[in-house]
This record gives sequence, C-alpha cells and structure tokens, in this order.
Amino acid sequence: MLHLAYLMALLPLAGFAVLVAFGRRLGDPLAGWVGTVAVFGAFVVACIALGGLWNEPASARHFTENYFSWIAVGGLQVKVGLLLDPLSMTMCLFVTGVSALIHLYSIGYMKDDPEYSKFFIYLNLFVFSMVLLVLSDNLLVTFVGWEGVGVCSYFLVAFWHERDSAASAGKKAFVYNRIGDAGFLIAMFLIFSKLGTLDLPTIFAHRHALGGDATTAVALLLLLAATGKSAQIPLFNWLPDAMEGPTPVSALIHAATMVTAGVYLLCRMNSVLALTPDARWVVAVIGGVTAFVAATIASTQQDIKKVLAFSTVSQIGYMTLAVGTGAYIAAIFLMVAHAFYKALLFLGAGSIIHGLHDEQDLKRMGGLARVLPWTYATFLAAWLAIAGIPPLAGFWAKGDVLSNVFRKSPALWALGVVTAILTAYYMTRLFVLAFRGDQRWAHAVSGHAHEPLHECPWVMRIPLVVLAVASFAGGILDLPWVHTAGLSSWLGPVFGNSLFVDHEGAGLQTGLAVIDGVAAVVGLSVAWWAWRREWDRPALVPAFLQRVWYWDDFYDTVIGRPGQVLAKVAATAVDGRVIDGAVNGAATLVRKSASGVRRLQTGYVRNYALGIVLGLAAVVAFLLSRVWWS
Amino acid sequence: MIAAAVAANATIHVPAIRYLAIMPVIILLGGAVLLLAAQSLVRRPLRLRFATVSTVVISLSAFGLAWWQWADVMDHGPYTTIAHAVVTDGFSVLVTVLVTSATVLFALVAEGYLAREGIEGGELHVLALVSASGAILMGQANDLVIVFLGLEILSIALYVLTAYNHKRTESGEAGLKYFVLGGFSSAVFVYGIALTYGATGTTNLAQIAGFLSRNVLVHDGVLLAGMSLLLVGFAFKVAAVPFHMWTPDVYQGAPSPVTGFMAAVAKAGGFAAFLRVFVSSFGVLRADWRPIVYVLAIVTLLLGAGLAVVQRDIKRMLAYSSINHAGFVLLGLQAASAAGVSAALYYLFAYAFMVIGSFAVVAVIGRSGDMEHDIASYRGLARHQPVLAFAFALLLLAQAGVPFTTGFLTKFQVVVASVDGHSVPLAVVAMGSAALAAFFYLRVTVLMYGPERAAEPVPAAAGGALFAPASELRTRLNAALLLEDVPAAPRVVAAATGRVPVPPLAALAIGICVLVTVVFGVFPAPLVDFAHKATLLFLP
Repeated sequence: MLHLAYLMALLPLAGFAVLVAFGRRLGDPLAGWVGTVAVFGAFVVACIALGGLWNEPASARHFTENYFSWIAVGGLQVKVGLLLDPLSMTMCLFVTGVSALIHLYSIGYMKDDPEYSKFFIYLNLFVFSMVLLVLSDNLLVTFVGWEGVGVCSYFLVAFWHERDSAASAGKKAFVYNRIGDAGFLIAMFLIFSKLGTLDLPTIFAHRHALGGDATTAVALLLLLAATGKSAQIPLFNWLPDAMEGPTPVSALIHAATMVTAGVYLLCRMNSVLALTPDARWVVAVIGGVTAFVAATIASTQQDIKKVLAFSTVSQIGYMTLAVGTGAYIAAIFLMVAHAFYKALLFLGAGSIIHGLHDEQDLKRMGGLARVLPWTYATFLAAWLAIAGIPPLAGFWAKGDVLSNVFRKSPALWALGVVTAILTAYYMTRLFVLAFRGDQRWAHAVSGHAHEPLHECPWVMRIPLVVLAVASFAGGILDLPWVHTAGLSSWLGPVFGNSLFVDHEGAGLQTGLAVIDGVAAVVGLSVAWWAWRREWDRPALVPAFLQRVWYWDDFYDTVIGRPGQVLAKVAATAVDGRVIDGAVNGAATLVRKSASGVRRLQTGYVRNYALGIVLGLAAVVAFLLSRVWWS
Repeated sequence: MIAAAVAANATIHVPAIRYLAIMPVIILLGGAVLLLAAQSLVRRPLRLRFATVSTVVISLSAFGLAWWQWADVMDHGPYTTIAHAVVTDGFSVLVTVLVTSATVLFALVAEGYLAREGIEGGELHVLALVSASGAILMGQANDLVIVFLGLEILSIALYVLTAYNHKRTESGEAGLKYFVLGGFSSAVFVYGIALTYGATGTTNLAQIAGFLSRNVLVHDGVLLAGMSLLLVGFAFKVAAVPFHMWTPDVYQGAPSPVTGFMAAVAKAGGFAAFLRVFVSSFGVLRADWRPIVYVLAIVTLLLGAGLAVVQRDIKRMLAYSSINHAGFVLLGLQAASAAGVSAALYYLFAYAFMVIGSFAVVAVIGRSGDMEHDIASYRGLARHQPVLAFAFALLLLAQAGVPFTTGFLTKFQVVVASVDGHSVPLAVVAMGSAALAAFFYLRVTVLMYGPERAAEPVPAAAGGALFAPASELRTRLNAALLLEDVPAAPRVVAAATGRVPVPPLAALAIGICVLVTVVFGVFPAPLVDFAHKATLLFLP
C-alpha cells in the first residue's frame, strides 16, 4: 500500500495537466470538479498510505523509495524519491485533506469568474508542489517543491492582476520569499560542500560531520528560509498584503498549508537542529516575538482578512517557538489544529465577503448571525478553538506548546501567555464586530437589489461543516493524558523520543493548563465587554499598531529608498557608462576584427587550400621543433 | 606449422566475423542498394513517400540493432572483430545511435523539402544512407585503414548530397568546393597513415598504442609528422580553424536539410575517429599533441563565435556556430581523459538534435527555392507562427547553452573535463566564446519575437522616470543587437498572412529535436549516464 504513495503527488499533477489541456473547454463548473476530484483522490491515497504505515511496527515506520535519477553530474547525484515517515505522512494527510475541502469550496466561490479554469490549474499545481516539498527525500527536490508553492502563491495572490494592489502584493510576496529562498540555497550549498550530498537520510546519518559552526550556520540559514516562507520576523509583512488573492487561496496557501512549510522544513531537519542549541534559541526567540507582535497588530486591524492574516503570523510564531524549544510534536500538533480552524475562519470570512459583495471592512458588517446561520455556527467553533477555550482543538494544541516552552524559558512562556490573551481578544473582537451588534452593511448590498444578502451554496457549506467538526474535536489527536496512543507516540520516532518530556509533574501540567484557560477567558471577556455595543473605538486601535509597528515604513526608508537611489545611479552611471561601455567596446572589437578576418574568406578554393597548407605547416613545424630542440 | 603457412599462402585467410558488430552498417548499405535497385527497376520516378518511409525503416532497424549491440556490450563487454579491424564498444554504439537517429530525422525533413523544390528523391536517400554507414564505420574503426574507408564513404556521399539541388547554382558550387578541398585533405590524411605505418609498422590502433608504450623513440620525426598529418585530416573534417574555410560556403550552398545532416553526422563521425585515434592510439604522445589541440580549440572557439556575429545569412551564421561548437568538442579531446571523451560524446549527441532541428526550421523558412536565408526573414515570425518560432528559439537557446536544455550540460561537461585536465585558460576562453555566441542566437530570437518591420526611432519620453520607457529600451536593444540594419521581412509585405507552410513530417522532426533537447535538459540523468557508459575499449 505504501508503494502507492507517489500517487499523492501524481494525481494533482494529472489534474493540472488535464486542466491545462482542456480546462477552458470544460469550463465552469466542470473544471473545478476535475481539480477537486484529483485532490480528493490524493487524500484517499494518503489515507491508504496511512493505513500501510500504521501497520508497521513503530520503529520501522520509515519508507523510502527511489523513482529515477534526476541529475547525475560529477559529484552531484540527485535522485527523485520519497521519504514517507510519520512526519511527512501527517503533513500529507492534512495538506491533501484541507486542500480537497478548499477545492470544493472554490467551486462555489469562484463561480462566474472569467478565469475559472485557470484558478484550478494553479490550485492543482500548488497541491502537487506542496506534496513534492513534503514527501521528497532530497533537499534539492524539496527546494523544487518549495519554489513551486512560491510560484503558485505568486500567481494566485496576483490572480486578479488587473487590480494594482493585487499585482504589487504578488510582487511583494515574491521578493520577500526570494530573500528566504537565498537562505535555503546557501544552506544547501553549505551542506553539499561539507557532506557532498543533498540526500536527506544521508545528511541525517552524517550530520556530525558538518562541524559545529557549519551546523549553526545551516540552522540559521534554514531559519531565514522559514521566516520568508512562514512569514516570521523579519520577513513577515508580505502575508497581510497577500490577502489580495481570492479568499480560498488565503485559506489554503496563506493559512493552512504553504506558510507552514517553513516550520515543516525546520522539523524535517530536527536532527541537525538538535546539534546547535544556540541556533535553537534564536529560533525560539524569533517565534515568540513574532507571535506577540503579530497578535498586537491583529487586535487593531479593520479588514477582516488582515486580522486573520496577522493571526496566522502569530500562530506560526507559536509553532516556531515550539520548534525552537525542541517541542516538534507540539509544533506539528498546533500546525494541524491551526490548519483546521484557520482554514475555517478564512472560508467563513470568504462566505461573509461573498454574501456582502466583496465588503471586507469590519466597520461595515455586524449582525450577520441571523442572515448567515451556517457561517455563524461554524465560525463560532473556529473562534472558540483559536481563542483557546477548552475543550476545543486550539486549547490542547496551544497548551501543549506553552507547557513545553515553560520548561525551556519562563520568560518566553510569559510572552506566550500574553499572546494567548491577545489572541482571544482579537478573535472575539472580530467575531463580535462581524456577527453581533447592529447591521451596518446596508449600503454594501444596496447596489445589488436583485441579489439580496444570501447564505452560501451547499458546495461551500460542506467544507465549513467538516472543518468545524475538525476544529471542535481536533484536540483528541493528542490529549495530554493519553500520550501513548496520540500524535506523540506516532511522531515520536521521527524526533527521537527524548525530545519530548512526557510527564514532568501532573500538578504543574494542570496548573499551566488552568492558566491557559484563564488567559483565554480573560481575553475573550475583555473584548466582549469592549466591542459588544461600540464598533468604533479609536482609543483601542492606536496608529502605531494599525500601521504594523511602522514596519513597512521602516523598510521603505532603510531599504526601499536607498535601493531606488542605488538603482538610479546604477542605471545611469554604472550601466550606462561602465557596463554599456565595456559591452559596446567588446562588440566593436569583435566586429572590427571579424570583418578583418572575414576578408580571408574569399570564396576561392585555392585560398582555402592555402589555409590548410599553412595550418599543416604550422602543426608539423611545431611538432618537429619539439623533436630537434628538446 | 609449415603446412599451415603453405595453406595460408594458397588460400586467403578469412578472419572470423561477428556479424552483430557490423550489422548496422550492413543494413544501411544493403538498404541503400535495395532502394537504388528499386529505383532503377521501376519506370517512373520513385514515389517520394516510398523513399522516405523505406529510409526511415532502414535507419530505425539499424537504430534498433544499435541498442541490441548496447545490451551486448553492457553484458559481455566490448570486443574487436574482423582481425581486430573493427571494434564494438560503448563509444561506437553511441555513435551508431546518433547517426541512425540523425538519418531518420533527415529523411523526415527532406520529404517536405524535396516536394516543395520539385526535386526527385530516391538518390538523396540512398546517398544519406551510404554516408551514414561511413560515419558509423568511423566510430567503429580500430584500424587507420578502416578509418580512411569510413571517412571516404562518408565524404564522397556528402559531396554529392551537397550538390544535390541542381536548381541552385550555389549548391553545385558548394559541392565542387567541398569535393576539391575534401580530396586534398584526404590525401593529407592518407599520407599521415603511411608515415605512421612507417614509424610503427602497423595501422591497427591498438597495436600502435602498444608499440608506442613499449618503445621510446628518440628521434620520432616520422611518427610526429604522421600524427600531425592525421590531425590535420581530422581537423578538416570536423571544421576546426584554420581548416574550416570550406564550412561556411558548403553549409550555405548545400540544401538546408543536407546541411543539418552534415553538421550532425560528419561532425560526429569525424570526431569519433579523431577521439579514438588520438586518445587511444596516440595517448602516450599526448604531451605532444595536446598543445596543438589547445591552440586549435582556442582559435576555433574565438573565430567561430566572432565571425558568426557579423553574418547576415542564417546558414552561414549556423555554419560559424557549428565551428564554435567544434571548438567546444575539442575541449573534450584536449582533456585526453575518459571524462573528456564522454563529455565530447555527450556534446556531439545533444548537438546533433539541436542542429538538425535548427536546419529543419531553416529549410522551412527558406521557402520555395531555398533562398530566404537572410535573418530578416525571421523578423516577426512569432506573430504568425508562434509554435515554429518557439521551437526555433528553444533550439537556438539550447545551442547558446541555456539551462534546462541539453545545451547547458554539453558545455558544462566539456568545461569541467577541461578544468580537470588543468587547462583552465582554455576553459575560460571557451566560456567567453559561449557568451559571445549567445549574442547571435539571441539576436535571431529577438528578431523573431520583435515587430515585423524595423523599429522606427521613437521620441524619448519625458524624463524623470526611474527606468527608461519600453520604447527606448527597445531602441537600445535593437542598437545593441545590430538589428537596425536588418530590413523588414521581405515576403511579409507581399503575402497578407506571412505564414510559411510547415510540412507535417518536418514538424514531426522539429518536435522530436525540441523534445530531446528539453526533456534531457530537465532530466539529464539518462543521457549523461549513456555517455558515461559509452567508453572507449582501449584507454591508455
């Protein structure tokens, strides 16, 4: 059954190929169904593969298969193969599962879009790249997937590229990701120069040969790659802009799957990370600070999708924090739970935006509970889950992360708890502003009298309900008292069991859990009290936070402006004089000398023969000179 | 003993023959004879389609046999046969595969060409088959006499092929030039064989190597003179500077499909024997011949690329580009190592598909009369025929060495071999020449994707913009690529659509060439592996 695993990548690729060839002819909605079925098939294969892997004894859950040799040049041998272990299996399951649901949702959401089939082409290509990234047993092939998801993200952010903001958001996402990708590339060069291979199992086996400094450098470079892809400080501010893409894209790529790729990469390389405690500290601090900063910003945003975007940054910050503390299992647990509830939040937001005819401003929402009952009910589950109210998924996942962080550093733990309060606060604020209070959206729908505010069609409702159930019950994946059967024992072999200290003390564990719960309730109550009646409170949304800690302005002043000046100087002085001068000079030289030599090409056979004779004479003279003068 | 000797005097001793070794040659030659016989037996001229199909079938069966040989060599190792005159090793099999594929592609391209030009086929196909068998023989030769035999079979057929289009005077002129100069260089080559025989007492390649490794010659003037004459003979065949001068004239004059065939097959055959003779037999003397090849490679690289820049005729440009490519292959020879040989083989293999595809496009664009070869004919091609333009652009970019095509790895591997052979300056010159060569490939590509007419000067936009406006950039690009002096496409004005009919079989051939170039560019491993396993039987 494990031998079917390649189908997880191949089915979306086949869907992509079919849609490229026939997408336009299939049209709306058949093209969407083709894409959805392909990804759903991949999910079914993932379930079958899970069954196969589950039947193996825990120590033998490590399946590799080589398909073909991709590059074999000199010392560089790149084989395309897959590495299926509990970590990549878990990733594949939720990636294909959530993707299938979001594909289904998009069938309804993208209805009547002029580029309907193109949307699904990109979406299928994205799923293929993501599965490739996750399953590959070679860093270079992982990088191909990494770039593949980046490219799809770029295309999909700029999907409505007629809008200027969408086009520039796409560019911003691209540039920020390139910085991270440079880190990935240099890390690969470093590994290759030290170990002579990019094959993951070989790297793990020989990780000690890297040497201390190189290990730290590799870990930090991979962290740079992760900050780009997973939107962490200092490269986090492309993600809010990426919300220009269609909402299903935000749910799939910019919440559930692609942005967790950075965390996945760090988890995949855990055995290398384990050798460098210094780098792990950096990872932990970046994660903790990002979680906090993004949560403060999320508390003040007006655009419903921007709130969710910063919330995503903050939640991934938690995951990075967990990775930095060595609690990889907690990171994956939170990643899965987050995929459920954040995808649900985005899809719910999409349903609102859909209903309100592209209105995204929280100021012009309110009182939607009665009009959008399905969205309301499912959103409720996601809200409570992310806020960390027991017994929903978020409580367990976040609690798992925080109790691990407490062992590493109480300071970071405190920051995490503050962030948890803020999380409950901003989500409650969003929930109240959107669903409770007065209905402030009259003019948003006024222009569409023929099409009154409506609940979404059933293809969009099914994913909402499924994800709501998952968000509600996701915690059973890894309840703290039954570690023996949950995610911990499943993932344990990948990360070396020692990393997870199971029970340090039931009392401490319970105490920490109580603090988490209290934090959630506090944040929730404050927001409820503050925003229930009043929807415009300038005092609570300071400009400093609203403008993202002036982070963009800072980059603009420090990098953007000098960059423009540099570009101008380079374009006029350097390019115009030096480079063009050199190129034109070389061109003139070639032209002149070539026209000189050209005159030898007379067209007369006798001249050509003379050329041969002269050449021959030179060769013979040279060789004979070696005989007589040697 | 005495009795045996007497018996040997009485009857000619026939050496043992392993027929599998020479089966591809037999099939090609036999097929050619049959085709010729069929032609003379029927009253009316042979149907073109019949000649094409039979040529394809004959070449494909030789191609299939080559794979049989490959399996045989991989399982049981390489061997020599017919009194050690012919060798079958991975190297020779690769050459056979290359030549037979080139022949198939040639037949596909030639059909549409002959139909358009109204020239009777048949003999053209016969000649191509014969010529191909000569090239294969050069790859298999383990004796200087066999090398010469292959060389002549290859060349004489090529002379006639060059002159085949009797409706173009250039074709006949090119054939005559090629014939005279080819005869001249063959004479040089034979003299080289004679001197080598005089010095070593044998013409067998393995025995020459054995003799040279056993004996240290003090005043080996005769041997060195023989070697230099052989070197010149080969250098003529592969068009290395300064023995290249026939190339532009012949490439330009020959019918376009023949030019592609010649560039692929003659170069492959010539280099195959060149590599085998110099790396295997004269391996001991490498200190003597490597400097010569070093210098030859440098002038070939630079002159090929430099002169291609100033050409306006696409066939002449591609001729100089093929000289430049020959310079790159010389890098592999100059390295005189197993890696160098395999890199050179890989280069020849990948180049065969690029160049046949390119000349197939040239043959199509040449239009009726095979005369439209000014690069202006390519102006704005992408607008009318995007697929054809895209295919040509890919083939040109592959020749320029762009990654994700086979062209990248070809250059990469020879340069690596050269660096490993401690010839770093040569590698640097090669890369410089590649940059120079990129210019004329890009020039045609830009022309194809540009507007149909020469760009009118655009008034500069108001200042203040950070970057130059697109129009100004285009003007600067035109200036940089020497495009202002390229006039508008000649036929575009006359014909409303400007479309050139693409014969289906030529389209198939171009498609195969592009596919090979791109697929093995993205997944290089199989082809690289093929070239790595295609080793010479004797390596000193």
